[in-house]
Amino acid sequence: MRAPLYAGIDCGSWNTKAALVDADGALLATAVVRTGADVAGASERAFAELLSRAGAARDQVGAIWSTGFGRHAIPLAGASRTELDSHARGALQYVSGPLTVIDIGGQDAKIILVDAEGRRISHKMNRKCAAGTGSFLEEMALRLDVPIGQLPALARDAKEEIELGSFCTVFTGTEVLGLIRQGKRPADLARAAYRSVVKRVLEMERVEGKVVATGGVVAHHPMVVELLTKAIGREVIVPRNPQEIGAVGVAVAAREAGAPSAEAPAGRTP
Amino acid sequence: MASPRTSEAPLASSARLKEIMAAHFVGVDRASREHTAPVAWCTSVGPVELLRALGYQVFFPENHGALLGASRVANETMGSAHALGYSPDICSYLTSDIGSYLQKRTPLSRYGMSTAPRADLLLYNTNQCREVKDWFEFYGREWNVPVVGVTSFREIGEVQRSHVDAIVRQMEDLVPTLEAVAGRKLDAARLEESVARSKECSDLWREVLATAAARPAALTFFDGTIQMGPAVILRGTVEACDFYRLLLAELQERVKGGKGALPRERFRIYWDGMPVWGKLRDLATLFAGLDTSVVASTYCNSWVFEALDPRDPLPSMARASLELFIARSEEPKQRYLERMVRQFSVDGVIFHDSRTCPNNSNARFGMPQRLRRTLGLPVLTIDGDLNDLRCFSDEQARTNIEGFVEQLEGQAPRSPAAHA
Ligand code: SF4
Repeated sequence: MRAPLYAGIDCGSWNTKAALVDADGALLATAVVRTGADVAGASERAFAELLSRAGAARDQVGAIWSTGFGRHAIPLAGASRTELDSHARGALQYVSGPLTVIDIGGQDAKIILVDAEGRRISHKMNRKCAAGTGSFLEEMALRLDVPIGQLPALARDAKEEIELGSFCTVFTGTEVLGLIRQGKRPADLARAAYRSVVKRVLEMERVEGKVVATGGVVAHHPMVVELLTKAIGREVIVPRNPQEIGAVGVAVAAREAGAPSAEAPAGRTP
Repeated sequence: MASPRTSEAPLASSARLKEIMAAHFVGVDRASREHTAPVAWCTSVGPVELLRALGYQVFFPENHGALLGASRVANETMGSAHALGYSPDICSYLTSDIGSYLQKRTPLSRYGMSTAPRADLLLYNTNQCREVKDWFEFYGREWNVPVVGVTSFREIGEVQRSHVDAIVRQMEDLVPTLEAVAGRKLDAARLEESVARSKECSDLWREVLATAAARPAALTFFDGTIQMGPAVILRGTVEACDFYRLLLAELQERVKGGKGALPRERFRIYWDGMPVWGKLRDLATLFAGLDTSVVASTYCNSWVFEALDPRDPLPSMARASLELFIARSEEPKQRYLERMVRQFSVDGVIFHDSRTCPNNSNARFGMPQRLRRTLGLPVLTIDGDLNDLRCFSDEQARTNIEGFVEQLEGQAPRSPAAHA
C-alpha cells in the first residue's frame, strides 16, 4: 500500500458504503454500514470500519470524496461526485467501454451508458416510483410474509412462470394478494417479483455494449442477474464489489484529482 | 473549500418591470370592480389583439397560474380543484387557479386583490391545449358569462393556407360576441394598431432573448421567465414596448462589455418544457453554482410571433398562432430545436417532462433520442411539473443535473482496468 490513500464514501438511502484505494489505485478495502437517519454519523462509522479493515491510519488518507444521495451532507468529505459519475468510474475499474451500467439500489435504479473512451454519454434514473428497485422487493417480501433475506432462497423453488402485470408497487401488492388467494405458490410469486424488477429496469433505456450490473439488489439477489442475463441475451458482468462500486468510483475520482489540496470543482463542495 | 457565487447578476430594469406589472393588475381589478371597462380573460397566445382593439382590460390566467406556482400557493390551492373532480393528472395551472378561486387565496393579494378579477367574457385558443377551454368553461358557468374562442389545429406539419383561412373565419365569427359584450364596434384602424404593437413587442422580446446568444450569455432562462411577463400580459400595449427597449439596452450593454448573467460560464444549456415555477430560484442557484448558463428555451421563445403583420391583421394573427412550436408536429419541432441549439451555441439539452402538461413536454415521442443522434449532443430528461411540486424531487433533479454537467466536463479517457 502506497500513501497517500484515497477514500470514497457512497451514502445511499439504505446503506453507506466506503472504499479505500492507494496512490497506485489498488483497492485496499471496502465497508458497508446501515445509513439510518444520521447520514453524517453513518459516514463516520463506514470510514472507521474501512480504516480498520485496511489496517490504515487516518493520517495516511490524502482525500475523502463522497457520492450518493447524501453526498452533500458528509462533513468528512472534501468534494463529491454524483453517483452517476461514481458508478461509471467504478465499473470502468473492471471493464473497459463501451458499456452499460445497470445499477439497482434500495430506492432507485439507473442505467448509465459509457463510450469506448470511458466517457459517460447518457444516464436515466428511475425514482418516480419504487418499481424496479429494492423497495419493491421489500414490499413483495412483506406480501409473501418472508423476511427479505429469505426471498432469494424462496424464489429458487419456483416452478411456474407468473407475470405480474401492474406498474405501480401498490397495485402489484394487490395483484400478489389476489394471486395468493387463487392458490399460487409463494415461490413462484417471489420469482415473478424478480422478473418484474428486471422488466421495469430494462424498460428505462436501451442497453448497449458490455453490461455491468451493480448495486445492493444485485449483490444480495443473484436471481436478478440471472434474469437480466436471460432477458438481455448476453453476459452480465458483476464486479467483485457490486454494492460498493460507487464508493470505489469516487475514491478513484479523488485519486485522479491528485493531491489532497486539489480544489473541488465548483458547486460540488458539500 | 471553494464557495462559488451562486446568483445571477440583477437587472436594473427590474424596477420598471415591477411597476408595469403592478399597474396592470391594479387596472384590471379596478375595471372589474367598478365596471369602468369590459374585462376579458384570454389565453396567453391570444387572440388578445381583438380584445385590446375593443377596449377590454385583459387578464391572463396562465400568468396567474405561474404566480401561484412561483409563490408556492399553488400547492395549497390545487387540492380544492381535485376534490371538485379536476384530476391531479391535468394541467396544474388549471387546478391551482380554480383552487385559488374556491379558497379566495391568491398571490395577487399583494396588489390588494382577494381573487383573480371577474370577467365579462373569456376568450380561448386551443392551439396550445384543450385544457384552456375546460378551464374557462368553469368560470363561464360560475359567472354566467360567454366563453368563446378558436378551436385550433394541433400537431401541424407545415402551416397551410387552408389552416389559416379556417382560423380567420373562426376569429371573424367571434367578433359579434366580443362587440356585444364590449358595447362597441370593432374599428379596423384600432385592430391594426393593436397588432402593430404586439408585433413590436414580439420583435423586441426576440431581440432580448437573442442577447443570450453572446458568450457569455447576457440573460438566462431563469431571468427570462420573469422578464417575459409583459410579453404575455401586456402584449399590444405601449408600456410593454417601452419596457423591452429599456431591458434590451441594458442587456446590449452587458454584451458590449463582455459581461454575462453568471460570473463564470463553462457550459451552455437549452431548456425545453415548462419552468418548475416553485423551484425557479433553487434551480437558478444550482446551475449558477455549476457555472452553467441555461441560455435559451422553447418556453421563453413561445411569445415570439414572427408572422404578425398590421397590414393583414386577422390572417397574420391566425398564422402566428398556428406557427407556434406548441401547435406543431414532431418534425418541425425537431427542426426548430436544432436551429436553436446552433443559434445559441448550446452544449447540451435538458427536457423537462412536466407531469401535468403533456402539451409542453417534448420528451414523450423519442425527441431527446433523435436530437442526441442528429446533433451528437448530450441530452437529459428530468421529471417534474410546472406547479405541482409533489411531482418534483429536489434530490433527483439535483443529481440528474449535476451528473449531466459532470458529463459535459468531458472527462479525458479514463485509466484502463486496475482491479480486473
Ligand atoms: S399548455 Fe399546458 S400548462 Fe399551458 S394551459 Fe395548457 S395544459 Fe396548462
